[in-house]
Amino acid sequence: MSSPILELDNVSVSFEGFYALTDLSFKLEQGELRSIIGPNGAGKTTFLDVITGKVRPTKGNVKLRGTSIVGLPEHKVARLGIGRKFQTPSVFEHLTVQRNLELAASPNKKAYSLLFESLKPSVKDEVHRILEYVGLAPVAKLQAGALSHGQKQWLSISMLVAQSPDIILLDEPVAGLTDEETAKTAELIKSLAGDHTVVVIEHDMEFIRDLAAPVTVLHQGQKLTEGSLDMVKQDPRVVEVYLGQESDEH
Amino acid sequence: MKLFRRLLPWLLLAFAFFVLPALLSQFRLNLFGRYFSLAIAALGVDLIWGYTGLLSLGQGIFFSLGGYAIAMHLLLVTKNDFTTGANGLPKFFENYGVDQLPFFWEPFWSFPVSLVAIFLIPSVVAGLVGYLIFRNRIKGVYFSIITQAALMVFYHFFNGQQKLVNGTNGLKTSTTEIFGLLVGSDDAQIIFYRLTLILLPAAYLVCRYLTNARFGDVLIGIRDDEPRLRFSGFNTTPYKVVVFIVAGALAGISGALYTVQSGIVSPQFMSISMSIEMVIWVAVGGRGTLIGPILGAVIVNYLRSLVSEALPEAWLFVQGALFVFVVVLMPDGIYGWFTKGGFSRMLAAFGIAKKTSTYPSLDLDESVSQEATSLK
Repeated sequence: MSSPILELDNVSVSFEGFYALTDLSFKLEQGELRSIIGPNGAGKTTFLDVITGKVRPTKGNVKLRGTSIVGLPEHKVARLGIGRKFQTPSVFEHLTVQRNLELAASPNKKAYSLLFESLKPSVKDEVHRILEYVGLAPVAKLQAGALSHGQKQWLSISMLVAQSPDIILLDEPVAGLTDEETAKTAELIKSLAGDHTVVVIEHDMEFIRDLAAPVTVLHQGQKLTEGSLDMVKQDPRVVEVYLGQESDEH
Repeated sequence: MKLFRRLLPWLLLAFAFFVLPALLSQFRLNLFGRYFSLAIAALGVDLIWGYTGLLSLGQGIFFSLGGYAIAMHLLLVTKNDFTTGANGLPKFFENYGVDQLPFFWEPFWSFPVSLVAIFLIPSVVAGLVGYLIFRNRIKGVYFSIITQAALMVFYHFFNGQQKLVNGTNGLKTSTTEIFGLLVGSDDAQIIFYRLTLILLPAAYLVCRYLTNARFGDVLIGIRDDEPRLRFSGFNTTPYKVVVFIVAGALAGISGALYTVQSGIVSPQFMSISMSIEMVIWVAVGGRGTLIGPILGAVIVNYLRSLVSEALPEAWLFVQGALFVFVVVLMPDGIYGWFTKGGFSRMLAAFGIAKKTSTYPSLDLDESVSQEATSLK
């Protein structure tokens, strides 16, 4: 069996005594598509923070291709090939759509390079290809701040694609999108898997079903269960954490 | 029309360079020379604040360091009765019984070294302060507070060190000589005026190079969403340090030009109000553009001269009102107000121009029309 591309080993994160993650172990194989669900406060976002270097684990280890990445700053983790999309669509509002993508696609991100070198034509072509693919080409010259919410989400995801990381982490990629846009996003994400390893965090169960990927359920900073969506749904513990409060009230 | 707009800045520059000296009295011309030199510092403020979104309230440090660098050189090399004391050192040293030149004055004997020091010393200080601040990810209001605190430190140091830099009295340059020419003389002043008019467009071009292409995109990215930039693989610290250094260097050059044209450099240049005024110039002119800060620095300071001459006490009130007016009614500043259609809207509101029922900018926008045809 090949070694996992990403591995979390007994990771705990505590914020002044409050444990957002508790002894979480998690493995991701190369090219895999994985969904992560869990109720609010389950630690989903902290999970991404730990992987991307925003938060340092209190305990445990995070390994990328077998090497620990704990303690590296965000930009170094990103350069090693981990890309992340935030919950809210974060784009650079005062840059044009095209320039947003060109920044993300830039192969060299050091200051002197951006001062003295222009972007290679091959990278520009790639940006145009992505713009055409996601349907943002007509608005390429508009400022990103002028886009609709759905377009911003897509631009946000497109920027990740342009960055071309090995591992793509998506935090609620379809929040606030229409059904049609959601279905389109699912297609896009499925087409990314294989070349990239993709992790999707979502609340939208329809969307998770569309992805048809193995699901990991987080609850109170721990892994509750793992498996296909149908399997997970049968699990009485999952039903309890999602519907538990309701039965308590009876 | 397009050609005219393109040539306009150069025409204005040529006008200021060749025609203004003939039109204005020496006194007025000297004032305009000061405004133009302050515009260079405003460009720096715009880089760090308008583009990168970091409100520095400490630009006065770099402005003064540039001013002190040139003043120290002038005081050393000048040998006349006004400036030189009995022991051959600058005169003020006599008052405090200093007969040994402080060691840090020594390099300023040399003209080339002093010229380099005008921008190098502010750059080094900005680089050190900036690196420490940005490495620790200090931003927003904390950045403003720290830069202002640093300004206070420098102010109190220069203000208190009579034996080193003449303390609160500052260094007087108007009675010094440069290449045998009295710095305060009309002949020297017209040279400084023209020198300022050469350096201002040069500073503008440097800023344009920094902001026009991909480096500028990163600066705007830092302003819009810095975490996103980090997660995209950009280490934002060096970018911010570079911009802070350039802003510091521009302030230093500006300070040197201002010093020789106003005839003195004193710790007052490091007062809190001076640095805040720089921010006001940029806000009034239009931040995030490169024409805006130049317009702002010249207009606000010209206004200041006019108001102060008429009603000496009134300027601070006028300045405050101007700032509030611009923040509330012209968030993009004067330049932004013109370029974003505010002027034509105002004309329409007064019934001078025809009201437009459509959005002309949309009709002209290629991408919008393209989208419109694709919808048909």
